[in-house]
Amino acid sequence: MSDPSRHPAEALAESPAPADESTRRVLVTGLSTYWGGRLAQALESFEQIEAIIGVDASAPTRELERTEFVKVTNQHSLLERIVRAAEIDTVIDTRLVVNSLMATPRSAHENNVIGTLNILAACTGPDSPVRRFVFKSSGHYYGCEQDDPAFFTERMSRPHPPHTGLERDIVEAEQTVGDFAERNPRVTVTVLRCANVLGPDVETAFTRMFGLPLVPMMLGFDPRLQFVHEDDVVHALEHAAFHVAPGVYNLAADGVLALSEIIGLLGKRALPALPPWGTGLMTGSLRRLGFRIPEEVINQLRFGRGVDNRLFKATGFRYSYTTRETVLKLGEHQRLAPVMRGAEQTYTYEREVEEFLRWSPHVRREHPGERGGVAADREPLGI
Amino acid sequence: MADERRTPLNAPVVAPESEEAALPARRPAEAPRDLLPAIEPERRLNDWGRSERVEGFMDRTLIEFFYRYWFRVEVEGIDNVPAESGALLVSNHAGALPPDAAMIAKAIRDEHPRPRPLYLTVEHFFKGFPGLSMLIPKIGGVAAHPANVHRLLYDERQLVLVFPEGRKGTEKLYRDRYRLRRFGRGGFVEAAMRAEAQLVPTCVVGAEEAMPVFGQVDILRRLTGLIYFPITPTFPWLGPLGMLGYLPAKFRIRFLEPIDTLALGGAEAAEDKALVQTLAQEIRAQIQENLHEMLAKRRSVWRG
Repeated sequence: MSDPSRHPAEALAESPAPADESTRRVLVTGLSTYWGGRLAQALESFEQIEAIIGVDASAPTRELERTEFVKVTNQHSLLERIVRAAEIDTVIDTRLVVNSLMATPRSAHENNVIGTLNILAACTGPDSPVRRFVFKSSGHYYGCEQDDPAFFTERMSRPHPPHTGLERDIVEAEQTVGDFAERNPRVTVTVLRCANVLGPDVETAFTRMFGLPLVPMMLGFDPRLQFVHEDDVVHALEHAAFHVAPGVYNLAADGVLALSEIIGLLGKRALPALPPWGTGLMTGSLRRLGFRIPEEVINQLRFGRGVDNRLFKATGFRYSYTTRETVLKLGEHQRLAPVMRGAEQTYTYEREVEEFLRWSPHVRREHPGERGGVAADREPLGI
Repeated sequence: MADERRTPLNAPVVAPESEEAALPARRPAEAPRDLLPAIEPERRLNDWGRSERVEGFMDRTLIEFFYRYWFRVEVEGIDNVPAESGALLVSNHAGALPPDAAMIAKAIRDEHPRPRPLYLTVEHFFKGFPGLSMLIPKIGGVAAHPANVHRLLYDERQLVLVFPEGRKGTEKLYRDRYRLRRFGRGGFVEAAMRAEAQLVPTCVVGAEEAMPVFGQVDILRRLTGLIYFPITPTFPWLGPLGMLGYLPAKFRIRFLEPIDTLALGGAEAAEDKALVQTLAQEIRAQIQENLHEMLAKRRSVWRG
């Protein structure tokens, strides 16, 4: 090579992925999960999206304007009929369970492994209209071990087989998606491995832990942790749907912080309550007291995890927050929360009302997307 | 939206037959350097967990004392350490809790015209040991994973110190002093070649006498969960602090001519196992030779 400062791969990676401007008919799976709801709200503000259809087993938890909700459990024949009837070209799969406290092991397995199989089955077939499949995966794919690299890149896999059921399921789900991508070269498959999410709105094991007055740490360990802001995750899912970016990408904000640094930014105190040996016994007794730390988080409190986030940035995506800013935002929210308590309205899905608003000839619809979520207040992806 | 700019729904979005198509399959082999996270000046730690504050404190106190007054370090060939590009320093290694890494880092910080931080590769063991796992990243320790070394050398263009003897070097007894052990499988050469970084062989004289190891107690090693359990003049007699009980041996550090791996074929040549092995052997011989020369000139262990 004549110029040592330039790697041949750089030229390719520097130009952002071209935007795909075709009109879309989108299916959002897991509409009633946090991510499904947020994403659908964001997609509603894009005019070139003709149809947004959301499926889930339970009613939506967020107010949506034009997204149509279809109540479907994991039945691939029904899903397939919906996909074909609505001529869905883009499927965004947001349903993955990434917190073992949110679901029983059995239902998490059902959702993560069987559910993924069913959704992929609904998109398969020579005459399937699906051209694009976006899968929200998790950084738990990499696990958390002593001999991990400091920054996982997308090509790495975990050094040891998974310990926890949740991690095993996520690895299996990703393998299923990988097989699907191989067998269906006409479908652009994008997998986003999402780091731990923080934000004012989302509830994760880490937001819960950082909400405590004393944040538990493991004695003698100060792990490096990386987060991503909830808004960035929603933007990233949109970006993956609108830009040509096949492949696997890590999704994590810039900056890996030590846990002690994070606790300092939040203005909290650390409580090194977890012993380095016999951690399982201690968490067991904590669980009996009503404070549960999921197993996949315990490992992170010991070894931490960092990922290389450059590949997704190379497709033209820009994060709005660094990890540090994400933590600071969470801190602001935590200080404001006691003042704001009770002010926010809760939303309940009323089928009849939603159908009236969507289909009645008497409803005036002049400004589509004015109730749109996060997408309304920023540039619409340069499209 | 103009119709001709749309991608028709029935056409494959990614054209598999030609790479020049408007929408190429985008799988870059490696992400570019300029997308590395920017440095946030408000932070006191960097992404590797290195802490300016902890490091600065150690540097001003303990390491300063050892460097100036206890070991009275003398440095030769500091200009052989590159001022900006990534470089892998390869050194001999000895002693129970070897002070050589800290002294090399301090030498670069104090004597080099353009001081740079030095990252030290350490065993994965330290990441799992309570207490040490907090301290070691803060003073510049990084687990010896090939991916870590590559990121530091290639992407961040940093200085990295590696002891290819690894654990075999620290387990070495006093009677085997200055006899270099096997240099692993040449992984360090491969890492440097992949990263197109320079290799700087480094010789340290004095560390072997600063903390002579008279024996290794296997059963205590297993009981404590440490990677080795040495018997030294002060350890375990003075408890964990005995690990810092160094004898005041005179230190000499010599940086040898850097080897440009790019001239040897760079990243492509890293696949050539024979070349990698040869180079590793050559570096080992070079360090051994220089050690012999330095030892021959040394009149006294304590006064140099």
